[in-house]
Amino acid sequence: MAAVSILETKGLTKIYGGLAANEDVDFVLARGKITALIGPNGAGKSTFVGMLSGRIEATRGQVFFEGRDISHLPAHKRIQLGLAYTFQITSVFPGLSVYDNVGLAAGRLLAGKPNLHAAKAAEVLARVGLTDRADQIASDLSYGHQRVLEIAMGLAQDPKLFILDEPTQGLAESEIADFMALIQGLAGDTTILLIEHNMRVVMEVADYITVLDGGRTLASGTPEEVRANAAVQAAYLGTGVDA
Amino acid sequence: MTAHGKSWVLHGGVLALLFALFFVLPTYHSGQLSRIMVLAIYAMGFNILFGYTGLLSLGHAMFFAAGMYGFGLTVNLAGFPMPVAFLFAILVAAALALVAGGLALRTAGVSFMIVTLMFAQAAYLVVLYFGEYTRGDEGFVVAREGRMIAGIDLSTDAGRYFCAWVLFGVCFLALAKLIKLPFGKRLIAIRENEERARMLGYDTSRYKLMAFVTSGAVSGMAGATYGLLFGYVGASFAAVPYSIFPLLWVLLGGAGTTIGPLIGVFFMFYLIDISSGYTNAYMLIAGLVLVLLTLFAPQGLAGSLRQKVMPWLP
Repeated sequence: MAAVSILETKGLTKIYGGLAANEDVDFVLARGKITALIGPNGAGKSTFVGMLSGRIEATRGQVFFEGRDISHLPAHKRIQLGLAYTFQITSVFPGLSVYDNVGLAAGRLLAGKPNLHAAKAAEVLARVGLTDRADQIASDLSYGHQRVLEIAMGLAQDPKLFILDEPTQGLAESEIADFMALIQGLAGDTTILLIEHNMRVVMEVADYITVLDGGRTLASGTPEEVRANAAVQAAYLGTGVDA
Repeated sequence: MTAHGKSWVLHGGVLALLFALFFVLPTYHSGQLSRIMVLAIYAMGFNILFGYTGLLSLGHAMFFAAGMYGFGLTVNLAGFPMPVAFLFAILVAAALALVAGGLALRTAGVSFMIVTLMFAQAAYLVVLYFGEYTRGDEGFVVAREGRMIAGIDLSTDAGRYFCAWVLFGVCFLALAKLIKLPFGKRLIAIRENEERARMLGYDTSRYKLMAFVTSGAVSGMAGATYGLLFGYVGASFAAVPYSIFPLLWVLLGGAGTTIGPLIGVFFMFYLIDISSGYTNAYMLIAGLVLVLLTLFAPQGLAGSLRQKVMPWLP
């Protein structure tokens, strides 16, 4: 990965009661690109991004964001630096309207500026196609729409780095296509780190891929390089990619 | 009309109605209503934490009592002028909330309830321990000069009623405003999904502590007002029932609504008042009604209204 990095980890490790979920992960994330993090179930992907965002405390190792050591910052401080995070299991404010959900996401930066705040919320809702549902209560939305809402809450923060944990899980084909168009439109300004199981999505949108297996980095590189990597084929991809 | 407009009409209307009622109601009922308004301040204070932030404290009597004793003791023993004693009382409750909240908020869920309950028990025992000053369960009467302001005697029916009305009105409108501010919305966000709020970059621990202190200060103000208007300070206000009452009132009226606390206190007061006219077992009737309400209107009275006919209810 030759591009300028926005985030790096050194020796990042998480041990749960003697069991290493991640072990000595050295990772470099290219700025402005879409990077996919893949690996079999239990490879430690969610734990890894949890340690990046600060949700999960690392046992040891360091995280650098834009050259700054953020290893000891609490999650909310990391988010304030320009990181946004969507959960693997949809996490919105269920009792609030769609508009208020997005408003809260945009509100940290814009709460003092009501006009900009409302404009931002409206813009984000339009971008993901939820404008018509702005007044609906979030828990009344379909699962797919809740997923989209959570992505909208990420966008509303204008993040520098957007971490998405399995964003397309449970989405319909048409919604997946919309999602891919959306994040491809974001790349360039925003760096995207994606945990994804859908290989079609990965191969189509990712500039770089990192493969985790057993809590360690198995391979990193462009989709072509990863696809050609024998260790990856053995561990994870099998014949799935070419099929 | 916008939801915002409707909300102000509702709040203005409730205050106008309460104002007018004094001139219509017989003395007995206007006296009851002034007590209801003061306790509704307490319920509103509790509601900030429970209804809006989603934190259930079982120890709010300590804040009510802190305000009450902070007021009564400084008037009687230190001879503070009434307004000074009143402000001092609120500060005492806020300071206690800062300490108790700072520690209790290190826990969550059931542990949080237990820790707040324990703090309140400790506060209750402190009141009894210093019986020389607090006169324990027996309590004491607040000196007459502590119940005057600008020549107005607050121990008369009218003085008491309108003082309660003003203080209730200030809290009622301030709370309606608070929940529309970014601060209030963030408290609601914590109630709805704390982890999500944190992962939007909000320092949820700080917001919870701020909610706790605000809630404690408002509860303390209610306690000070009670001492001021009814002239009595006693340990029973620091005991467990006074931690449970605000929970009942808020649940009955509608947690997380601005009007709910008033409705809840009003309902409970008159439920007991009316049923005790028929039988000695009035608590049995009150209990039965509570059970029925919990079964059929779990959101409380105002909460059910919001669900069914008034979605704009703040």
